Amino acid sequence: MTRDEIKLEVLDILSDIAPDEDLSQLKDDVSFREQMELDSMDFLDIVMELRKRHRIQIPEDDYVNLASMDSTVTFLEPLMKDIQRV
Amino acid sequence: MGEFDKIAMSTPASSIQQPASRVYDTIIIGAGMSGLAAGIRLAYYDQRVCVLERHTTIGGLNGFYRLRGRDYDVGLHALTNITPKGAKRGPLARLLRQLRLSWDDFDISPQIGSEIVFPGVRLRFDNDLDLFRAEIARAFPTQVENFERLIAEVAEYDDLNETHAAISARSRLSELLAEPMLVEMLFCPLMFYGSAREHDMDWGQFSIMFRSIFMEGLGRPHAGVRLILKQLVRKFRGLGGELKLRTGVERLHVENGRVAGVVLQNGETIEAKRVLSSAGWPETMRLCDDGQPVTAQRPPGRLSFCETIATLDVEPKRLGHDRTITFYNDSDKFHWSESQEPCDLRSGVICSPNNFEYDEPLDKEGSGVMRITALANYDYWRGLDEEQYRLEKSRWYDRITDSAIRFIPDYRGRVVDTDMFTPTTIVRFTGHDNGAIYGAPEKQLDGRTHLDNLFICGTDQGFVGIIGAITSGIGMANMHCLRDA
Repeated sequence: MTRDEIKLEVLDILSDIAPDEDLSQLKDDVSFREQMELDSMDFLDIVMELRKRHRIQIPEDDYVNLASMDSTVTFLEPLMKDIQRV
Repeated sequence: MGEFDKIAMSTPASSIQQPASRVYDTIIIGAGMSGLAAGIRLAYYDQRVCVLERHTTIGGLNGFYRLRGRDYDVGLHALTNITPKGAKRGPLARLLRQLRLSWDDFDISPQIGSEIVFPGVRLRFDNDLDLFRAEIARAFPTQVENFERLIAEVAEYDDLNETHAAISARSRLSELLAEPMLVEMLFCPLMFYGSAREHDMDWGQFSIMFRSIFMEGLGRPHAGVRLILKQLVRKFRGLGGELKLRTGVERLHVENGRVAGVVLQNGETIEAKRVLSSAGWPETMRLCDDGQPVTAQRPPGRLSFCETIATLDVEPKRLGHDRTITFYNDSDKFHWSESQEPCDLRSGVICSPNNFEYDEPLDKEGSGVMRITALANYDYWRGLDEEQYRLEKSRWYDRITDSAIRFIPDYRGRVVDTDMFTPTTIVRFTGHDNGAIYGAPEKQLDGRTHLDNLFICGTDQGFVGIIGAITSGIGMANMHCLRDA
């Protein structure tokens, strides 16, 4: 996946976790926590969705990389470069 | 994309590794609110999960039944933590996200308004904190600023922090508020709706309950607790979860510090990588066949309830009673402890399920329901034989009702049918020792046990009430059953 495709995938995961949220206004450089009021349970879900959808294992120490869209995409890029978006 | 499509598109890890395996990823004991919520979380993430329920029906403490042509609810008076649709914060929003349910799935109607009644003082509250503020300003004009300080402190408490602040809420409130009766009036609803501890609450639990009742609010699905349970089961089964009713657990077979097998009452043994039990702490310890001592470190709770249910031929509103919940106490001091009498007639909770802001009336024919809950003594009720039990039930039904109508309009002449539960009913449906409605006073917040792959959820783990129980199931599933899967 390209960076843009990874971003779309993350948006899809976020819309699953918070179905009532308007994600069109989401800023890439501001933390999800701040914009969407996500808590630690929701971050676990981002990790679990990545595992469920793409078999990506993210150790707990790396959860900090999932703070914002920019940092998440940067972190996932090497892990997802060989995955095809469906 | 629906849940089924997603399941179909992703191949569960377990089926790749062990195609013919009979081993579950997780076995959950008890199909109450916490067990079903945990089950949804695990099934959603492709675990092979089975919920075992020894009864013929789901719900545990929260049940519903049909008697003489009428539907009854037990357990739920009202859901707490009611925040409006679209709210992102708070326990309700969090649990809906975690269970992938929408706000509309629970079809919640807010309360009309409730009250706390003590001799000479009546404080009304609804889902807008400003009404309660105004009521306190009217009844306790000297305490307005102190009450604001209390609200600020309660709002600051972080409930995702695992350690409940263990300081005494009673001593903190006595420092903050200069009117002892106001302190008692605040404790009355919070203890009735969520204190496993006698006489006092810890500050953490007080803050959680204060927010859930006064700052968020009360509501109820038009169809009652059955709707919530049905939604949970529908979701769980839709994700491929297995629910086995009439399947009691005989014991947990322990080998080398782990649960090696779950032995069912029907003689069958099933295996799982881990077991999550909502049976209660002492009850779960007793199930382990390694001789684990049960009561030393965590005695079971002693607080239990009787509840009377009256069906009226008229809506309570037409008798002049429009309150959703009335918390009453007949002296300046509120006593929250095991009842010395069969039922404690000094205080109680009156709930009318009719008095919520529904789009249409609860009953098309215009009947009404009044439920009264009072503290009760388990040992007394357990000691009766069948004939005495029937007799005492009808005697104490009258006494509880007589006690409650000191605070609300007398509805006794309009009663067309009655039912009542006692502490022994609670034991029958929950299996919890002493019919302890909110479980053990000391919670096992991290859910761990002496065994590596056995965890607890539900009343003895942490939070109580329906929202609390669901949160407990989600939290323990996340913490112990998902990360290492």
